[in-house]
Amino acid sequence: MSPTSSSRRELLRYKPFDRMLHWLVAVGFILAGLSGLAFFHPSFFFLTNLFGGGGWTRILHPFVGVVMFAFFLVLVLRFLRDNLPAAADAQWFSQLGAIVGNRERPSADVGKYNGGQKLVFWVMVLSLLALVVTGVVLWRPYFAPQFTVDILRLAVVVHAVSAFVALLAAVVHVYAAIWVKGTVRAMTRGTVSHKWAAHHHPAWYRKVTGSRT
Amino acid sequence: MATLQSLDVVERSATTVPTPQARDGVPKLAKLIDVAKCIGCKACQVACSQWNDLSEEVGQNVGVYDNPADLSANTWTLMRFAEQQRADGGLEWLIRKDGCMHCEDPGCLKACPAPGAIVKYANGIVDFISENCIGCGYCIKGCPFDVPRLSERDNKAYKCSLCSDRVAVGLEPACVKTCPTSAIKFGTKDDMLEYGEKRVTQLKERGFQNAGVYDPQGVGGTHVMYVLQHADKPENYVGLPAEPQIASMVGFWKGLSKPWAAALLGLSVLGAFLHYVTHGPNEVDEDHKNGEEV
Repeated sequence: MSPTSSSRRELLRYKPFDRMLHWLVAVGFILAGLSGLAFFHPSFFFLTNLFGGGGWTRILHPFVGVVMFAFFLVLVLRFLRDNLPAAADAQWFSQLGAIVGNRERPSADVGKYNGGQKLVFWVMVLSLLALVVTGVVLWRPYFAPQFTVDILRLAVVVHAVSAFVALLAAVVHVYAAIWVKGTVRAMTRGTVSHKWAAHHHPAWYRKVTGSRT
Repeated sequence: MATLQSLDVVERSATTVPTPQARDGVPKLAKLIDVAKCIGCKACQVACSQWNDLSEEVGQNVGVYDNPADLSANTWTLMRFAEQQRADGGLEWLIRKDGCMHCEDPGCLKACPAPGAIVKYANGIVDFISENCIGCGYCIKGCPFDVPRLSERDNKAYKCSLCSDRVAVGLEPACVKTCPTSAIKFGTKDDMLEYGEKRVTQLKERGFQNAGVYDPQGVGGTHVMYVLQHADKPENYVGLPAEPQIASMVGFWKGLSKPWAAALLGLSVLGAFLHYVTHGPNEVDEDHKNGEEV
């Protein structure tokens, strides 16, 4: 067994810097999400109380979003290579029903990320990119006055739709982490068990352990 | 700034339950601006800034009589001057008093995310309740007439209130009171439509075949209307839209899509929870050979 883990019994999946980045993005996502939902529909307007009222929520939301996106960009660059499409992805998706049904073990030779994780990654990349671009366009009082009202109207719809998509992806992301036991610790303590790795990410397991099985 | 008793509020921004509906038969009011009678003296602009305690910064001459050049947080009404060439070669001056049209179906109110920052009263006046305004500028996107302006000083949106404070105590708006040619009239919407039709008949007798009242139905009609000499070409009056409507983007954004999206988000969380309790957690088999710990 190659010494890639912090201890013999566990495999290192995320370095401390990656964990820190992930949680900075997560906190930013939650704050931007809660403040954004406040403007999304009147039933969520009470969330402005968390940020010091409607005016403060309007002021803080774009700053939070831009800071989060900066951290997210670094995260994307560090995780990009492992999220490029691979042959195993199609195979993984063909077994999606069985996987979600918790009926059988997938036979796809999954690397560090399976097809579903990659999908969440790319959906997040695209939706957050759309959010930050349209968000800057809508940003008052700084940038919005530079744009015509038709562009603002389009931007506000794209912003809302992208936020909806990103939130759905976040629900999938968080639930998958809770549902697949032994996953959350990868982002909190950095490590996963050998069993977990060999079962869910066999190709990655072989790579990091040098194991032939 | 006085606000009317809440029983008179028939629509309220970012509010999904009905406003009080007990009161009945409150007459709808309207202002009628007779462009054919306007002499462009700008007394209405002065009266507006005097009554509402607004003063615009002294600007630059931009080569036309419009002064200031545009509506702003401190300029709620503005004479816009258009010089047109007639078919017979002569010139005519079309002078339109611009400002909030007080739509029956107000796009600003629909777009506003702050509860109670924009209200519509039973008499038809659409009013910005500035202390509830959060400065997002959504009303600007909702307006089909390009009227609301965000203040650089306090980041709140402003526009003509149709002098709701004066109207509430039985006075006419300041611009109406001051107009020296009676080009601006104020009364019930029915009376104003009737008077407008009378004026249209007179204009037609004088050769303005296409004279008409501008009361665009795309926004449910307006509580500020115009008598136009050329009602077939409203766009000749410096950007008056021929068929104003709340932009389809805004309709989609604020219409059905949001409650559905909110419901779907809630359902996705519920669905995840139900998936967990029906299918159980995804755990690695204890007897799984590949993952044998060393």
